[in-house]
Amino acid sequence: MPSEKVTEADVRHVAYLSRLEFNADEIQRFTHDLNNILLYVDKLAELDTSAVEPTSHSLKMQNVFRDDEVRASLTNEQALANAPEREGPFFKVPQIIQEP
Amino acid sequence: MELEPVIGFEVHSELKTKTKVFCGCKNAFGDPPNTNVCPVCLGMPGVLPVLNRRAFELALRTAIALHCEISERTTFDRKNYYYPDLPKNYQISQQYAVLGRRGYLEIEINGQTRRVGINNVHLEEDAGKNVHPETAGARYSLVDLNRAGVPLLEIVSEPDIRSRDEAEAYMHGLRSLLQYCDASDCKMQEGSLRYELNISMRRPGDPLPDYRVEVKNLASMKSVLRALDYEIRRQTRLLEEGRKPARETALWDDAAGETRTMRSKEGAQDYRYFPEPDLVEVHIDRAWMERARAELPELQHQRCKRFVEQLGLPEYDARILTQSRPLADYFEAAVRLHNNPKAISNWIMTELLRVLGEEVEPDDLKVRPSHLARLVGMIDSGAISGKIAKQVFPDMLETGRMPDEIVREKGLVQISDTSALESVVAEVIAENPDVAEDYRAGKDKALGRLVGQAMKKTRGQANPQLLNELLRKTLRGE
Repeated sequence: MPSEKVTEADVRHVAYLSRLEFNADEIQRFTHDLNNILLYVDKLAELDTSAVEPTSHSLKMQNVFRDDEVRASLTNEQALANAPEREGPFFKVPQIIQEP
Repeated sequence: MELEPVIGFEVHSELKTKTKVFCGCKNAFGDPPNTNVCPVCLGMPGVLPVLNRRAFELALRTAIALHCEISERTTFDRKNYYYPDLPKNYQISQQYAVLGRRGYLEIEINGQTRRVGINNVHLEEDAGKNVHPETAGARYSLVDLNRAGVPLLEIVSEPDIRSRDEAEAYMHGLRSLLQYCDASDCKMQEGSLRYELNISMRRPGDPLPDYRVEVKNLASMKSVLRALDYEIRRQTRLLEEGRKPARETALWDDAAGETRTMRSKEGAQDYRYFPEPDLVEVHIDRAWMERARAELPELQHQRCKRFVEQLGLPEYDARILTQSRPLADYFEAAVRLHNNPKAISNWIMTELLRVLGEEVEPDDLKVRPSHLARLVGMIDSGAISGKIAKQVFPDMLETGRMPDEIVREKGLVQISDTSALESVVAEVIAENPDVAEDYRAGKDKALGRLVGQAMKKTRGQANPQLLNELLRKTLRGE
């Protein structure tokens, strides 16, 4: 079993995608930890699951719906109460310079 | 070098529900900013989404109408990215078991039917809206989250479209289908229908090109077609120079009439989809499918057929009237009030289609079906002539008043009183002895000239049939 599934470059990439900043020591430590986690998870592959249905959810439930009925929303003041910055009825955020 | 475009569409359509897809906030356009929001659509910690049944049913109905294979088990997934209009930092969408796959939309080009493949149809949530501050030079943005969580249907076509005309037919066809399904009100100016284009060029018969340009920010069908023309020219020029266009995403700049490459962001396309743990699977069993098929509303081709067979309209009229559901509904509402389908169709096709367009929908007109029905009714009963009706109509369009009122106010009521017309007839014959003599000598056409003169004297208000009859009788000396 290859010990280096996750490289330092992978960790830096994932950190960037999650908007997290790490120093070199942390990058090294997370690379090591993530590889260990994957090794551990690999143990599950030893189980024979050929007779088990694929699942996407831990709950054996399906078709949970609500009716299309309007419920009370928050007031504008309540909605903005925790906003770090606001302007009038809007949330105020750093200037957006490009589309996602 | 003869090149053809290879075009596909991604269409986002907001579904016509009362509430958002995962919470009970109102789904409405134009409300005061950040008032249709709650902890769920604001992405506050610990909240749980619950799927709106109506939104799911509208999505299912549309997927069926697009002839998709429907997944018996469909699931939701998180699409992760950071943007200020996305409060949870992920969008709930469908990636691994989407609602519908491998469908098609039929379009008609030069009298021939073609199928455009639908790769998949899936349900997701809309993002909020970024607003630019009014202060000049402001270095910040404002966010309104009323739209965050509005149910959104994404319809992804195959790259099967080969010309500008086909692209236009596809856009009209899809819009019409969404309207017939009652799934969306399709108002592009309000963002409830949004097109994204992807396009590349190749020699006919070649395999699909290994590049493609995606174009976003297309606010109207007209913009889509302009962007298409622009990209076809730009890419053709590059290829003729022996260069290959880059694979990129571009924004359409409507004012400049050109596409602009978006700055590419490293890793931006890595959405790390994973199953949404807060929503369970939706299983669609056979009974549900049968019910959904049975509840499918009458679609365009069915309605067109009915207009021909039941209302006796010519095929040409029926096709035009059924191109959009609001127009077909308008027509039928008028026919219910006054049963003269062909005359009502004529009025719609000559007078209303002139003012209707992408910006003006039948619902926006001040002339309601009841007004039009009344107008045609007045012509049919002989109260006014067609000519007077045409004079009255612009007033009706502008003011939304009933034709009776306008006719009365302007004194345009048709003269159907024999004694009133007899003197006019006598005058006209006396003033045009030569023409009268021609008619008596057997020149039937001369009668028309006398009718014209009499109409002039009555400012078009004489009942034409009665006038004809009176003139004939008088000339024959009866």
